Amino acid sequence: MQVDQPITAAGGKTKAKAANPFRKLMKYHALWILALPGILLLLINNYLPMFGIFLAFKSLNFSKGIWGSDWVGFDNFKFLFTTNDIWRIIANTVLYNLAFIAINTGLSVLLALLLNEVKNKVLSKFVQSSMLLPHFISMVVVAYLVFGFLNPDLGFINKSILEPSGQEAVSWYMSPKYWPYILIIVNSWKSVGFGSIIYLATIIGIDKEYYEAAMIDGAGKWKQMTKITVPFLIPIMIILTLLSIGRIFNADFGLFYQVTMNSGMLKDVTEVIDTYVYNALLVSGDTDLASSAGLLQSVIGFILVVSVNLLVKRISSDKALF
Amino acid sequence: MKNSNRTNPFIILFFIVVSLASLLPFWLILMVSLTGQNALVKYGYSFWPKDFDLAAYRFLWHDAEPILRAYGVSIVVTVVGTIVSLFVTSALAYTLSRSEFPFRGALSFYVLFTMLFGGGLLPWYLVYTKFLHLQDTLPALIIPGLLGGFNVFIMRTYFTTSIPPSLVDSAQIDGANEYRTYFSIVLPLSLPVLATIGLFVIVSYWNDWFTSLVFISNDRLYNLQYFLYNTLMNAQYLQAVASKAHIDSTSDRILPLEQLQMAMAMIAVLPVAMVFPFLQKYFVKGLTVGAVKG
Repeated sequence: MQVDQPITAAGGKTKAKAANPFRKLMKYHALWILALPGILLLLINNYLPMFGIFLAFKSLNFSKGIWGSDWVGFDNFKFLFTTNDIWRIIANTVLYNLAFIAINTGLSVLLALLLNEVKNKVLSKFVQSSMLLPHFISMVVVAYLVFGFLNPDLGFINKSILEPSGQEAVSWYMSPKYWPYILIIVNSWKSVGFGSIIYLATIIGIDKEYYEAAMIDGAGKWKQMTKITVPFLIPIMIILTLLSIGRIFNADFGLFYQVTMNSGMLKDVTEVIDTYVYNALLVSGDTDLASSAGLLQSVIGFILVVSVNLLVKRISSDKALF
Repeated sequence: MKNSNRTNPFIILFFIVVSLASLLPFWLILMVSLTGQNALVKYGYSFWPKDFDLAAYRFLWHDAEPILRAYGVSIVVTVVGTIVSLFVTSALAYTLSRSEFPFRGALSFYVLFTMLFGGGLLPWYLVYTKFLHLQDTLPALIIPGLLGGFNVFIMRTYFTTSIPPSLVDSAQIDGANEYRTYFSIVLPLSLPVLATIGLFVIVSYWNDWFTSLVFISNDRLYNLQYFLYNTLMNAQYLQAVASKAHIDSTSDRILPLEQLQMAMAMIAVLPVAMVFPFLQKYFVKGLTVGAVKG
């Protein structure tokens, strides 16, 4: 605080302003009004639900109402962890996400590097469009596409591949052992095109002079790729990977719910936190389990996002989220 | 020239395979929707119709009132949602972009924090159903998708980097108030970012089924994706819908169920598949903006 500051005209003005916060607020009332709808929407969608986290410490009873329900402390969490399910569900969520991150990053970078070698403009545009299309399709439609292949009675794989080659048809939606592969393939199919476009944009942004200098020094295609392109991609690879690690406790609900057709037979290998919370809440009506699992997910997610952001900031301060 | 202008044929071959892998699932569904019921039962789904038949599309054209209504719900929600969303998002972003606005730090954090922490599904569900009582209403399908923190930051970045502050200043010196500056100067200059975010929002409204799954139980308010979800998860559902639709019960027309299912999936894909190649350049631009800095 500048206590000793002489009272000048300017100083007096600041003082008057500080003394009247209402005027400061009113001076920009038009901006407040423009921001207001957004502020209210965030309040409804994001902030009010945050107050709901205390529900995880209550035994919710709709006849007593949300406020009237009894406090049970950490009992919901104790119960959640005695169900044994939760460990399997957490493992599923984290392991699928790790597999998705590793495979999608690898494939996206590979596709971007190769796509950069396609000199034909028309071919390049066509490939980019067709790779991006899956990204724009809802998971419901993806479930239809998968069903086209896996429908046990009429699907393409059973009817056109397995039967003609004399093998027995597979009841896909009742055979858990195939699903880790199916889910990984479907996820890659849907998201690799999108990822490779981001990497391609980075490659296109690399200054051409590096390549010209390298060519003068006699570097071939392979050398140029490993010594120039890949090093330029590594920072953005690290950052995108870190950001997805920040979301490792959140599963793609659509993928695990729609594509598996919510088949109970597959639960051991397809149930993730998000589908568990949904089923507990709206199918079995077990709000206590839903709220404790939901809070667990929110809190760990928060810790992950914040720590990942610190890491990103260390690597490259302008890439950090905040 | 050491860098030849011809593409390695192996790379061409590789990308033909990649493109086929991306597109063939859609082709399969399209062909199933065009194959007659008897051929489907006999040969299963295949990449070429053994017996070309348009019955499913004829049915959708003439009889399927519930399906058309679901289409209508999707269109209304997408159009209204996108317009309102663009307005709300850009207005908030504009406020955040004005460096004179004294509370911009606090307000930025207010937006940012929603990207870091959430209350989870149950409290969110309770806010909409027990507090706002919006279950089984169209606003329940529109409001949740209106504002995303990420989109606000993309727009704010655009406003601060692409619209010179001197332009805003001179407009205000000339007597334009904030609303006028925003509507007549800032928005018209921001068409690229509005198109980008608009496209994000259109796609997410059009593809949304989750809010219907959670909030809607009145079948008159089903949107297209939720309708598709129901017909895939529950084969009898379509039968029931079809018998409600005025099918001539005296004729012994069989309902081509599988064919119809896949035809509906096709008409859900169609608008997206038709629109996105034209808007792709905006989308790619938007992706890069988003990836580089939120």
